[in-house]
Amino acid sequence: MSTLAPTKPDSEPDTDIDPDRPWIVIVWNDPINLMSYVTFVFQKLFGYSLEKATALMLDVHRKGRAVVSSGERERAELDVFRLHEHGLWATMQQDK
Amino acid sequence: MALFRRARFVRTRDGHYRVRLEPEERALLATLPDQLSSLLAESSDPGATATSRLFPPAYTDDGERDAEYQRLMRSELVGQRLARLATMRETIDATQLTDDQLQAWVKVLNDVRLILGTLLDVSEETSEALDLLDPSAPDASQRVIYYVLTGLVDEAVTALSGGLPAPTAL
Repeated sequence: MSTLAPTKPDSEPDTDIDPDRPWIVIVWNDPINLMSYVTFVFQKLFGYSLEKATALMLDVHRKGRAVVSSGERERAELDVFRLHEHGLWATMQQDK
Repeated sequence: MALFRRARFVRTRDGHYRVRLEPEERALLATLPDQLSSLLAESSDPGATATSRLFPPAYTDDGERDAEYQRLMRSELVGQRLARLATMRETIDATQLTDDQLQAWVKVLNDVRLILGTLLDVSEETSEALDLLDPSAPDASQRVIYYVLTGLVDEAVTALSGGLPAPTAL
């Protein structure tokens, strides 16, 4: 470990406002939608393989939520809409 | 009861789906479009809790943005649902469905499951338990419909999965 004091940057980067931070789309667990149906919707909407779609579905089921896509706000909002259209509980937020 | 029931939705070689339902199953399904469309017509009323599950919030940490999303997208979500109901009405007696038609059916059946599941207060525990079918429960008929639709959605999704295109994303 170096004993030299690190040079402090002149100003801290502003972490509060960053318009470039991607938006993430989250699907939440619910007791009604079937595991087979959720897996099918992930494959159909996002072009994921059966393995990837199943892994995301199991995250939703076991951990209560999974991030299923990310990107610019407009894109994320379209994904949320398509998930809502299929009856899934999806929300979006800016990545932290 | 037959030990092995034949599949009710079978994908054919030409990419369609053969539908083999009992008359009473079709009779039940035929009642759904009208019921769902009247619930959708009332879905923007303040007390419309049954259909609340069909219109989740998009932004949970930004009320202003969510209000904007609801303003722009809600009528679109209702419109798409009404279009599926029309497809199901037109094809309710069909013995063969296209991929799009069967997907419309599945989404209608799933919407009804979401509404019934909300009314029946289905939880992670009850959803797999047989007490869902308690014949003495006051809402026994709703429970039976929920149970029947659950089986139909699962079978239809299994058939549709065979028609998915090759994966395009990692």
